[in-house]
Amino acid sequence: MSEQTKFVGEGEFYRLGEAIADDKAPDGDVETRWERRKFASKLVNPSNRRKHKVIVVGTGLAGGAAGASLAEQGYHVVQFCFQDSPRRAHSIAAQGGINAAKNYRNDGDSIYRLFYDTVKGGDFRGRESNIYRLAENSVKIIDQCVAQGVPFAREYSGLLDTRSFGGVQVQRTFYARGQTGQQLLIGAYQALSKQIDAGNVEMHARHEMLDLIIIDGRARGIVARNLVTGELSTHLGDAVVLATGGYGNVFFLSTNAKGSNTSAIWRAHRRGAYFGNPCYTQIHPTCIPRSGDHQSKLTLMSESLRNDGRIWVPKEMGDTRSPDQIPEDERDYYLERIYPAFGNLVPRDIASRAAKNVCDEGRGVGPGGQGVYLDFADAIARMGEATVREKYGNLFDMYARITSENPYKQPMRIYPAVHYTMGGLWVDYDLQTTIPGLFAAGEANFSDHGANRLGASALMQGLSDGYFVLPTVLNNYIGSNKFAPVPTDAPEVTEVETLVKDRIEKLLSIQGDRTVDSFHRELGQIMWDYCGMARNDAGLRKAISEIRHLRDEFWKRVKVPGTGAELNQSLEKANRVADFIELGELMCIDALMREESCGGHFREESQTAEGEAERQDDKFSFVAAWEYGGEGRFGTVSGDPVLHQEELIFDYVHPAQRSYA
Amino acid sequence: MVETLSKNPRVTGFATLHRSTIGRKMIMAVTGLIMLAFVVVHMVGNLKIFFGETEFNEYAAWLRTIGEPALHEAWYLWIQRAVLTVALVLHIWAAVTLSRHDVNARPVKYHAKRKGGYATSTMRWGGVTLLLFIIWHILDMTTGTVNPATSHEPYERITAGFDQWWNVAIYTLAMVALCLHIWHGLWSAANTLGWNRATTAGFRTFAVFVALVVGFGFLLVPYSVVFGLVD
Amino acid sequence: MKLKLKIWRQKNGADAGAMVDYDLDNVSPDMSFLEMLDTLNEKLILDGDDPVAFDHDCREGICGSCGVVINGEAHGPEQTTACQLHMRAFSDGEEIIIEPWRAAPFPVIKDLVVNRSAFDRIIGAGGYITAPTGSAPEGNSTRIPKPDADEAFANATCIGCGACVAACPNGSASLFVSAKVTHLNLLPQGQPERTTRVLDMVEQMDAEGFGGCTNTGMCTVSCPKEIPFVSIANLNKEYRRAVKSGRKA
Repeated sequence: MSEQTKFVGEGEFYRLGEAIADDKAPDGDVETRWERRKFASKLVNPSNRRKHKVIVVGTGLAGGAAGASLAEQGYHVVQFCFQDSPRRAHSIAAQGGINAAKNYRNDGDSIYRLFYDTVKGGDFRGRESNIYRLAENSVKIIDQCVAQGVPFAREYSGLLDTRSFGGVQVQRTFYARGQTGQQLLIGAYQALSKQIDAGNVEMHARHEMLDLIIIDGRARGIVARNLVTGELSTHLGDAVVLATGGYGNVFFLSTNAKGSNTSAIWRAHRRGAYFGNPCYTQIHPTCIPRSGDHQSKLTLMSESLRNDGRIWVPKEMGDTRSPDQIPEDERDYYLERIYPAFGNLVPRDIASRAAKNVCDEGRGVGPGGQGVYLDFADAIARMGEATVREKYGNLFDMYARITSENPYKQPMRIYPAVHYTMGGLWVDYDLQTTIPGLFAAGEANFSDHGANRLGASALMQGLSDGYFVLPTVLNNYIGSNKFAPVPTDAPEVTEVETLVKDRIEKLLSIQGDRTVDSFHRELGQIMWDYCGMARNDAGLRKAISEIRHLRDEFWKRVKVPGTGAELNQSLEKANRVADFIELGELMCIDALMREESCGGHFREESQTAEGEAERQDDKFSFVAAWEYGGEGRFGTVSGDPVLHQEELIFDYVHPAQRSYA
Repeated sequence: MVETLSKNPRVTGFATLHRSTIGRKMIMAVTGLIMLAFVVVHMVGNLKIFFGETEFNEYAAWLRTIGEPALHEAWYLWIQRAVLTVALVLHIWAAVTLSRHDVNARPVKYHAKRKGGYATSTMRWGGVTLLLFIIWHILDMTTGTVNPATSHEPYERITAGFDQWWNVAIYTLAMVALCLHIWHGLWSAANTLGWNRATTAGFRTFAVFVALVVGFGFLLVPYSVVFGLVD
Repeated sequence: MKLKLKIWRQKNGADAGAMVDYDLDNVSPDMSFLEMLDTLNEKLILDGDDPVAFDHDCREGICGSCGVVINGEAHGPEQTTACQLHMRAFSDGEEIIIEPWRAAPFPVIKDLVVNRSAFDRIIGAGGYITAPTGSAPEGNSTRIPKPDADEAFANATCIGCGACVAACPNGSASLFVSAKVTHLNLLPQGQPERTTRVLDMVEQMDAEGFGGCTNTGMCTVSCPKEIPFVSIANLNKEYRRAVKSGRKA
């Protein structure tokens, strides 16, 4: 925590600091803000760029695109990923598509409409300047990816195909069957690979960033661990980009990859970067339910299934009959009942919460009562099995493989699962965190989705940040600053190196009686129960106290086998889970502070008479930017976190309450 | 000979094709097809034996006169032998170097038994079998070194040679190897040369057909001798 | 379910390694193969043993991280990734032999973890279409016939897991290389680099020490993304064409 922090108030679990504002976005006409910002940006002479080293952590859509683009410009890029290859970042798992305001359908789409939909979809908790730029860049992303050879779906005319997605009224989603994320990521990976081969990018795969080095107030490097040899190495440069994805794995079970973690952004947070809106979590309604305690992750199925499937549970509690034994009049098609206008197609957050409610009433189906039926019997009767197979065949196959049930014969079982985190490091319009020289891109920052992300917008944001925003803003940052070389034995460097080493030694030395996974599962259960689909004051307080207890237990009882000088997957997990525990606490504090419901954050105290989410714009129309509470070690915190509020100003899209009944 | 392909200079045209794995495979494919063409013609020619001793011997003698008067006697035959020898040597060279390269690529074997993958070992051991057979066949029918016949007439060499049951067994074994070699080799060569219909059911059936016709066609002769249809 | 596991254990690249037997009880048929290994590892850690290292990440069959040879078959008895294979594919009391990918260019790092960076170098050698950011023309300015786009897509679905190499008796990477060459060489955008791409990628493939293709087809039956065998014919065709047109400079 910086010495200048002034406190202007105090909450129960936090202190209130001074307001914060984004001072980078130009004022005035939103349509020309980015153009004006670009023109005002400093440039760096092409022949000088080679002398500047940019560190990029992460190789997903944002990181991969940024690494390739910066290297093309002539910068010397040093890039890291914990996976064995930059091609495996979790962007690869995105199924549905990528939005772009191309208006190829002539259906009234425009950059402004995409901007409008995104502000509204984010439940008025996003920043207009950023969102407009995102919509603007969406168009160029498609061009860029087509030029790279991304095999988007095409019509018989040979032109790019689009489909509709996520309840918007235009068809603006470009896709590559159910593997859009894979194809976009491979495009970025190939561009990056070319730069690696050319020597412009120094790639460190199987390396995990463990801390950030700050010199004279600016981010100048990272400490990384070679996951194969265990060797710790320090990498110094002129700027650091974190493109390390989201933190949904704080819930243990999520649709994220097993390795996805918060460590890079959490360590940056501990070094002074503010964390924006940590409690905003997107929970996706159509995932395959867990099958038992062994469950290690959850698998998403495209929400397009809700177009033709009908969702129901038995009317009676504890009805254990098989679905075909339950007659029609004993079934509750609850979404159609509660939301007659939208039926099964209500937005993600509403569908998720309704499923939780019926399961909490004891009417859930399947193992543990944690599931609802998604029934295609009517669709099959109406369209025929062949048509259903053609539309959804790959999803049905995936379901059958995982559950060994035949969804053509019996209804699918689905349950909501954590999918995406809208929160992340707080950044200004230049994607710069509160630490100069430290940039955050993609899911790792908080910026563009407000309190709820629209479908097919995550890919768009990652690529917009990576291909188009970072190259510009990094030019500006490097062009406006002087960079004295950092000696490798500078005290700021050795101090961080020592801290990282100590922490690893500490983790290895505890040799307690519980595995890392057991702590992670317990943390996930607390988060899911109290900071999941619905949150309330008492629950969040309970969660904070339980997490604090868990943190103490972790540092006393965790058992990490092996040594630090080898491939040690338990140690990798321990490092990550220690950070997740700290983040989980901040998420609960943020959720407790935000006494309103908005987007993915539903506070039971703030709902309408019909039980819908109720925003409180007069009190909470701000971004919560959290400053780390204190320089604690090994899980000890010396002070409560400090809340800085960034007021949200809506010049164009004016806040209105959502209603789907 | 290069043990590993990893330090080879670049392939810049057909003259440098031997520097890459695919290049060597193509050399193997083309030389294999040349030899297959010869084998088919050879097999069809053999069938002349069913028209009697005189006609068969005349046919054999005619082979020495192909290309006359432009060529001197037997020149064509020597040209053909030269082409076939070069093809055979290149074929074996490619096979041996590629096999070594392939074996080096899997230095540690799997503990568990795996299903399938017989084609590769069949080609390798079948190839060795065929090479030994070619030597035997030349000693038997071309030079007559191991043939019991007293005359140099081809017809007599055939009948005398196949009067020995073990010789028929050698030829049978060799023809089985040849069948398998053509079966996998023919569509494999087509695939290696980049014909994208090589793996269709139609072409693979065709390869089986060619293999069986060649095998049976060749074996007709020794078994006709055994069963007294030719004597 | 009860299982008898035989697993390859190797501390690091320098260690000789050996097969080690483990008995595992209480395996649910609904577990994925990797969850079964998780269960074993939890037990090993509490018993004070070193858990079995294996690569994995997305656990939904798309990242390509996971991959082990199960009873002699890459990714096991079903044509999918190890993370999508479920224990119901095995029977109670069965012996399961688990080994790492075996190929000289994929050296073992630890236990079941191998180094597949050779694949990255092959892509770096030519598996891309040069399109520097900012230089792209309007997306719909070039039409691509749907069959071409679909075929390019089918080849682009390769996840780079390395099962083709593990399954091939020669440790050949032909299917991997052919998928990328087919994907990019089919598209109009890929034409300017069509010749150098295939020559450079094949050269890198050879330099890494992958074996040659002997057309056994073992790769394609192990491929979780069902990359077709005909792609290898296409690689050969592209190679022949490239050799004929000659490398420029």
